[in-house]
Amino acid sequence: MATTTTTVPSAGPVAGSRSFLSRLRDGDEIARLVTFLFAASVVLLTLLLVFELWQGSALPRHKFGFNFFRTSVWDPIFDQFGALPFIYGTLVTATVSLLLAVPLGIGAAIFLAELAPARISDTLEFFIDLLAAVPSVIYGLLGVFIVVPLMRDYVQPALKNTLGFLPLFTGPTYGLGFLTAGVVLAIMVIPYIISVSREVLLSVPRDQREAALALGATRWESTWKVVVPFARGGILGSIFLALARALGETMAVTMVIGNTPIISSSLFAPGYSIAAVIANEFTEATGALYTEALIELGLVLFILTFILNGLARLLIVATSQRGGGTGHA
Amino acid sequence: MKRITGMLLVVVGLAGVLWADTLAINGAGASFPNPIYTKWFSEYGKKNPSVQINYQSVGSGAGIKQVTDGTVDFGASDGPMNDEQLKAFQDKHGFPILHFPTVLGAAVPTYNIPGVTVALNFTPEALVGIYLGKITKWNDPAIADVNKGVSLPANDIVVVHRSDGSGTTFIWTDYLSQVSPEWKRKVASGTSVNWPVGLGGKGSEGVTGQVKNTPNSIGYVELIYAVANNIPYGNVKNSSGVFVKADLASVSAAAAGKAKTMPDDFRVSIINPPGKTAYPIASFTWLLIPSKFSDAAKRDAIKGFLKWMLTDGQSYAESLSYAKLPKEVVAKETKAINSIQ
Repeated sequence: MATTTTTVPSAGPVAGSRSFLSRLRDGDEIARLVTFLFAASVVLLTLLLVFELWQGSALPRHKFGFNFFRTSVWDPIFDQFGALPFIYGTLVTATVSLLLAVPLGIGAAIFLAELAPARISDTLEFFIDLLAAVPSVIYGLLGVFIVVPLMRDYVQPALKNTLGFLPLFTGPTYGLGFLTAGVVLAIMVIPYIISVSREVLLSVPRDQREAALALGATRWESTWKVVVPFARGGILGSIFLALARALGETMAVTMVIGNTPIISSSLFAPGYSIAAVIANEFTEATGALYTEALIELGLVLFILTFILNGLARLLIVATSQRGGGTGHA
Repeated sequence: MKRITGMLLVVVGLAGVLWADTLAINGAGASFPNPIYTKWFSEYGKKNPSVQINYQSVGSGAGIKQVTDGTVDFGASDGPMNDEQLKAFQDKHGFPILHFPTVLGAAVPTYNIPGVTVALNFTPEALVGIYLGKITKWNDPAIADVNKGVSLPANDIVVVHRSDGSGTTFIWTDYLSQVSPEWKRKVASGTSVNWPVGLGGKGSEGVTGQVKNTPNSIGYVELIYAVANNIPYGNVKNSSGVFVKADLASVSAAAAGKAKTMPDDFRVSIINPPGKTAYPIASFTWLLIPSKFSDAAKRDAIKGFLKWMLTDGQSYAESLSYAKLPKEVVAKETKAINSIQ
């Protein structure tokens, strides 16, 4: 808005208004204004969201202050609200999902972009886009009926027998819990990583590969040492898109995480995530403090996403500079 | 272009005329009685085409909030409004809100123990112990002593509860609170509570799914959900010491047991009522009706619906697996309708 209002009067009152009118007639000014408003609405929406979440969570913010983030009791009856188990559950499930999805997704993207014939690559891309468009409740059902029994009967006992000395793989195996939620989330975010990474890898200029090959690199060396580093920024972008989805996923997570607000070092234990508790409890929440505590959880999720997104930006900026450096050399 | 605009105007005009002819009444609240409310409002609409009642099953908490805010004409809740909520309504509107019981619901214990196919007996002490995490094995004497002849395994009990706020949880925790001072002190009752142990399942289908999929588990669901989905469930010992299986008759008997002591505002818990045939874990579900309407047509329509609901409407209840109101309660409610102005 500031640029439009300053450029117009600077041309003089009469000439300015005439040129403004003629430009208006040409449509340039209108297009500029309209698209500017559209772009501005994004910022406005974000600010409005933060404002509403901040405003709506006044009671618990004043009552609990910083303790909201430090305590782990969530008791609507006795008005005790602590967000720690939910923050923990959200971060743990997102981490597990990325640990599984990133190697798989990038590996698949490298195959599709660099090694597979174009026809196979395009066909598979169609399926991947399809997977990315499946509603999350379907993934939740898949989780409940297939992943949970598999985890309970095979995967978790096997992990317990082999890696049971680690605190990560101890305790009773219900099938529900952090690990299962992480696996279901990984299934959900892999299509994002593959799809975006493949596009980025495909857009790496051809001469980069040819130069590497000409220098005597093998095909894999040219892919791993030249193409992938060149595309690093975009690949990281795809990972953070996946992370954002994993942090905010509600339906599929609540169906497989066990919905128990506890903090356990074991991945077999049931847990809870921020998005899941809001979805579960908001409709039946009675009393101002309870409702507002749930809204504050929304604020926490927003801040969490904000921080992680900011870190992602920094990482992309940092690595793209380095990527550019190696490109020059 | 002009023709299209003209046609649009005609359509909008017609819609306006039709709209003006029917009186729309909006309600929101509990999801547990939603099937019968939907049936009632559609049947009543057929008999009285000039009245159209819309109902959104958004949950009891949201129902109470919306009727208090005045965004809907009436609310519905699985738990009665507490004194604080009643005061909030009175303060905002200057007149009180009334509770009208409509049908009855019950919560039943369901379980999955490999090898056990009979209906197990549960004492209040056993249910409290299991949900407090103090009874952890199926062969604990508290369970085994009242299930002679059933071979119960020495396996750990996996406790399952609702994770979403729910009227069923209210009934279940209300029961546990009333039979156990320890539960009342530590956990108390509500649509969502801080569970001492257990896994959370979203919705009745979530709890059922987890119980079905997890060996040695126990959960609780609404009676109508268990009946509709053929889910086996256990018997619970009532205040007369009899193990009763929940069904429409035993739930109605529970309401009849408390009918004599029914307070004038109908806010009553029918947990553990007297009576040998009464099922102990049951509750009314309520419509929340403001006691004053500025719109006379709306007031008359709502009073008309309430009268119909208490007479003809009750006959739809059992086909949808809801227990009917006992006749003492119907009589008392019929009188209370007159206090709506």
